[in-house]
Amino acid sequence: MSQQLTATSSPRGEQVGFRNQARAWWRSLPAVERAGIAIGIEVAFAIALFFIDHALGYGVLIVSTVYWVRRLPSFPLRTGAQVGLIVLLAILAAAWTTPWSLVILLGVGAAITWIPGRHKSWGVPVAALVLAVLYPFYADKMFTMPVFGVWPDVGTGVYMLVFIMMAVGLNIVVGYAGLLDLGYVAFYATGAYTAAWFMSLQFSHTKWHLGAIGIDPSLPGIHVSMWPILLLAGCVTALFGIIIGLPTLRLRGDYLAIVTLGFGEILPQVARNGDSLGGFNLTNGPNGITPLDAPGFGHTLSRITGGFLPANYLSCCSRTINVGFLHIHHQIASYDVFFWTAIVLLLFTVFCSLRLQYSRLGRAWIAIREDETAAAAMGIPLMRTKTWAYASGAFFGGIAGAYYAVFKSATFPGDFFFNISVFILCMVILGGMGNIWGVIVGAAFLAYLNQEGLANTGAWLNSNIHVAGWRPNFDPSLYASGIYGVIILVVMLFRPEGLIPSRRRAAELHEGVHDEPLYDATSAGAEA
Amino acid sequence: MAADASAPALPVRLRRPSLISSIGLFLVALLLIWLGVNLVKTPGDFFQVLLIGITTGCVYALVALGYTLVYGILELINFAHGDVFMLGGMLTITYATGFFNLHQGQGWVIVPIVFATLLLSMLTCGLINATIEFVAYRPLRSAPRLAPLITAIGVSFIIEDIGLAWKGPNYVSSPDVFPHTKVFSIGGVTYEWNKMIVVLITVPVLLGLLYLVQRTRQGKAMRATAQDKDASAMMGINVNRTISFTFLIAGSLAGAAGLLYALYVTTVRFDQGFQLGLIAFTAAVLGGIGNLPGAVLGAILIGLIQAFNEGLNWHAPGSDWTESIVFSILILILVFRPEGLLGEQTPEGG
Repeated sequence: MSQQLTATSSPRGEQVGFRNQARAWWRSLPAVERAGIAIGIEVAFAIALFFIDHALGYGVLIVSTVYWVRRLPSFPLRTGAQVGLIVLLAILAAAWTTPWSLVILLGVGAAITWIPGRHKSWGVPVAALVLAVLYPFYADKMFTMPVFGVWPDVGTGVYMLVFIMMAVGLNIVVGYAGLLDLGYVAFYATGAYTAAWFMSLQFSHTKWHLGAIGIDPSLPGIHVSMWPILLLAGCVTALFGIIIGLPTLRLRGDYLAIVTLGFGEILPQVARNGDSLGGFNLTNGPNGITPLDAPGFGHTLSRITGGFLPANYLSCCSRTINVGFLHIHHQIASYDVFFWTAIVLLLFTVFCSLRLQYSRLGRAWIAIREDETAAAAMGIPLMRTKTWAYASGAFFGGIAGAYYAVFKSATFPGDFFFNISVFILCMVILGGMGNIWGVIVGAAFLAYLNQEGLANTGAWLNSNIHVAGWRPNFDPSLYASGIYGVIILVVMLFRPEGLIPSRRRAAELHEGVHDEPLYDATSAGAEA
Repeated sequence: MAADASAPALPVRLRRPSLISSIGLFLVALLLIWLGVNLVKTPGDFFQVLLIGITTGCVYALVALGYTLVYGILELINFAHGDVFMLGGMLTITYATGFFNLHQGQGWVIVPIVFATLLLSMLTCGLINATIEFVAYRPLRSAPRLAPLITAIGVSFIIEDIGLAWKGPNYVSSPDVFPHTKVFSIGGVTYEWNKMIVVLITVPVLLGLLYLVQRTRQGKAMRATAQDKDASAMMGINVNRTISFTFLIAGSLAGAAGLLYALYVTTVRFDQGFQLGLIAFTAAVLGGIGNLPGAVLGAILIGLIQAFNEGLNWHAPGSDWTESIVFSILILILVFRPEGLLGEQTPEGG
């Protein structure tokens, strides 16, 4: 509170505390000196890294050069420098060991930065989308990254896309509406179990088939095609979100967080103990429900589209795509089809999320996030608006959970720990709360780290770091949650708006918003 | 439109007791009936389990007080508190077996050793907790309220992994030093010294805390800061130091709880802190968060509920469902009576 008072009297010039003093000293230096120091530090850093790993040193040099080139004042100079850089890379690639894939990737990256400003808003996402869709074709041609090792395979890509979907869904609750949800894993679990119930042998005392692919008609259990089940899972989860939300959304901020955390702990326990709920086997307990039916479009649709839509994802694929001059000979695997389906689902999520953001409802969420009391005074129905935020966030979590269960062909109660909730929250925070592009980048990076990156990094550290005969021997994937903790802590302390912030959210986090309880008798009395 | 939205706010609050509190009373009545039937069916078991529950409740009380102290002064749910408690357990085992060579069957020598370990563990945990506040929460004092809450989760994960890196993924076991001889035995209900010692250590610590908060100058500063930080700063109270002191006290309570847990249960694992911390937080909410006697009452109640659930025979859900039950209580309390059993009416429910 005392900080708030001083902050209002002098918003920027507060010179108390080590960090502020250091920042003020830095700002007082002339621009040339600042640039010189920064470049010097970067070169020193790159040289130091060069001794650990050559590629790492080159990488830092290239990134820092690109960064400084962009700051060059005149247009011809800047363009010339960029062209020179690319020519240099091409020469290096031809004459030396730099892999062609890195050169092409850097070229594409440079081309994207050259898209003129007014076309950037659609150009960059379309370019990223094209790169993502084509990824299965060139995944095995990619260079080996320093530290992180090989590029993720397509299966990891599906995992990343599913978690991006969940992060985008959580972003609606946390980023748009400002409600901290620590139990998002409950929605994930609901979606996964909904898919499992309707696409497996779980309820073997009944028999109901509806468009399932590759299932013997004599098998018991409920077997429905995946497409209606995805929608159903979304709706069931949204309904579940409303049921959780209605009694609890009256609570504010941290109380809501703790209640969602409670639900996030209860639901996995129900799943774990749900093999005899009054004698009824609902969830098959700790063994989980497995296998799930394969998704697919069925033979009729497949024939009509000339085999473009596969009849059955698991047994579909044998076609080989050849692009001679790029040396691409790729036989399409079922993972690729899962990957492209996940991209379509993610596109749907992103589209809905973008359309919601500036809709009437989305603006109401922003208003509630910034000042609940004022929003209520302006006639926004708090309960209904918050419930909608919850329901929409839950909807996408449910779809993602259902799709991931189908992809894994299994659902286990051990998948739904509290760590996953925090993991998804960490994606949203790292990327930038409220900014969908930031959330996508943060989620892709963290999901990759979780699935492959940490293990690769650990292997790299163990083989490359040695100080006087001492070698570390540790496995960072064991400490994954601690690493997320560090990420959360560092981001919240130093850049609370995330890596790619939404401008509005950044302003709120830096200036602070009116965040006092609605009927705070003590502070009202003190101010009066 | 504006009239529509603002009008329901007050009537809802006035109408609520008639419908919702009757549902709440109904649930409490069901609970009492269940307990009564169990009492009549197996009275011996009932009282045995009651004593176990009170003992567990004492450990919970120490942790819950830490939550309540910090919430009272900063309105922050310090998620890292449970993990500080876990570290306290690990520190206790390290100090007791490493420094003092504590082992089973030492007789009365354990009294000074346990006492010294208690002081060391309390001091270390207090310093850890104060450091956490200094590093992670103080820079966010003027940020929106959710920012330190998210940071607290991050810190909690970091401490958990420090425990993992330090002691490994398996249970760390402590020597079972508390004697298991009987204090009394009435009609088949026995009470052993190891449970008695837990109560004997908890009660003086609680009384000391009460004295500190109610009677000393520093306690007065804490209460003033909790009420109004601006006004207490104007009255010459060093607000930041008072908050640090509160975290120190909360951490040392967690250290004491860690010692009791490590020596009474005799095993600690790196991931137990968070789980148990949430249970203790539930206890603090049940009693009315920010209210010291409330936290103790809530902790005893939660300890009893857990013990009854795991120990009684007639229609008890069993230990598979303990967490679900505790968190259901948390949710029900927050929905029906957000101010807790002993707390004042707070705005959080409105």
